[in-house]
Amino acid sequence: MTRSFLPITTIAIFILFLWYCLSIVLNSSWAYDRAARNSQTLTFKELVHDTWSQKKPKLPAPHQVFSEMWETTFNKKVTSKRSLVYHTWITLSGTIAGFLFGTILGIVLALAIVHDRATDLSIMPWIITSQAIPILALAPMIIVVLGSMGFTGLLPKAVISMYLSFFPIVVGMVKGLRSPEILEIDQMKTWSATKTQILWYLRIPRSIPYLFTSLKLGIAASLVGAIVGELPSGAISGLGARMLAGSYYGQTIKIWSALFAAAILAATLVTLIGLIQKIISKRMMLQV
Amino acid sequence: MKYYFFISLIFWGLAWWLNTKLSRLPPSRTIRIASPLLFGSTLILLWEATIISFKVSPVILPAPSSVFVRLINSVPTLWIDFVQTVIKGAMSGYLIGCLSAFVIALLVNNFKFLERGLLPIGNFMAALPIVGTAPILVMWFGFDWQSKAAVVTVMVFFPMLINTIQGLQMSDKIQRDLMKTYNASAWQTLTKLRLATAMPFIFNGLKICSTLALIGAIVAEFFGSPIKGMGFRITTEVGRFALDMVWAEITIAAITGSMLYGGIVLIERRITFWHPSQRGRA
Repeated sequence: MTRSFLPITTIAIFILFLWYCLSIVLNSSWAYDRAARNSQTLTFKELVHDTWSQKKPKLPAPHQVFSEMWETTFNKKVTSKRSLVYHTWITLSGTIAGFLFGTILGIVLALAIVHDRATDLSIMPWIITSQAIPILALAPMIIVVLGSMGFTGLLPKAVISMYLSFFPIVVGMVKGLRSPEILEIDQMKTWSATKTQILWYLRIPRSIPYLFTSLKLGIAASLVGAIVGELPSGAISGLGARMLAGSYYGQTIKIWSALFAAAILAATLVTLIGLIQKIISKRMMLQV
Repeated sequence: MKYYFFISLIFWGLAWWLNTKLSRLPPSRTIRIASPLLFGSTLILLWEATIISFKVSPVILPAPSSVFVRLINSVPTLWIDFVQTVIKGAMSGYLIGCLSAFVIALLVNNFKFLERGLLPIGNFMAALPIVGTAPILVMWFGFDWQSKAAVVTVMVFFPMLINTIQGLQMSDKIQRDLMKTYNASAWQTLTKLRLATAMPFIFNGLKICSTLALIGAIVAEFFGSPIKGMGFRITTEVGRFALDMVWAEITIAAITGSMLYGGIVLIERRITFWHPSQRGRA
């Protein structure tokens, strides 16, 4: 970790620098236009100051985004519609619900595939094909159809998240449950272990590292699903809804702050799963 | 009318029984293809029968037959949308994104310092909901396909970058030393050894990106588009409750996605025939 600390910070600082430069370039035409209308000329210093503090810039400077995030996180009531925490919570609840459904579905499918050859042969190809379908394109329809059946809010989002998150879990778990070698399974059989015992004492413990890798992929996919699920539904709360509202009114700072909130949320969720993995692996005395 | 449903259920049971029998036979190519086809056709039959026997409103779920009829009848519209979204939006973004990520990975590969910094950052970026940049990019590049290509470029860039960087690290030290004893130049080592060992990773990246590209191009259209394109058609037809048209678009998208993925897999088999995961295939 310490070895890569310096390279990472260097690149992060470079990106930040590039961003500030880009925001000068992209916002300059607006600044020049306004100066021309007031028949003024801008010095470079004034130009920089202006491009970093416009109200609806093409590319807001990082400090503008962070001050907006600070403002909407700490200076607003959590229950307020203007609070970023509120919108993040709405998206998070959809993500978690979809992730849980997806995990359960994924594990059940993986168990069926590993134990039943017919399932493996007939369903596995369809599971793989299902991911070539751009499910996010289905999002508007899922929302309208479920809406017409009386389900609104959390459920449609959770369905989309589930569809996106079950796939990495099926694939990872099938790989994990099949990771014991034939020799080991034979050993279990010489001890006259039943199928359930082989599953419980050999296959499942072996699949844990694979499971956690898939869970990390799954939760990130689930978050994308929840955000996109908010876009076409005309939802008024959630990070996706905030992005959409921001794009309607040209409030770029709002879009970027929602984007950053989503990024922080994704990083937190993945780190959290990593932590759980560490604890469980320690308990099971696995090497990470 | 209810008996349609029961007949299809019986058919489903029979097909499942047949699949179980098939799976006990010695594995062959025919079985690998027949078994999923059998399962898929039972699903479609069950779907059709459910719609007929329970008189499900086409506003909720259209029958596969009506989707098929709609698909045949509106080929010109579907073709216009296909060109707009897939060829102009997704493909150009896919090519630009993958190619630039590949070139940058090659450049970075010579500097260990940059590589150590870029890999974790790239991993982090690849996990982010990058689709979220769609509204911003649509604002920057306008409503037409250029903004869709931009969204796709950004979406595919990081997965491709980290896969290529990781792939280029795959050659063993001993293999590189062997290249040195052959007096190979840096270019020869790159093309003959390091790119070759990187290929499985590069193809993995290309496969992941092919699905991302379609998703990116369609979702970007939700934020504004000219009056053509698959994403545009889906949102407007959903608004008019013409779900058969929506399903027709989805069918096209699914076929396109599978063909892209399948095409890349075929090329991969040709190029990385030496890899353990490809060996032993008939």
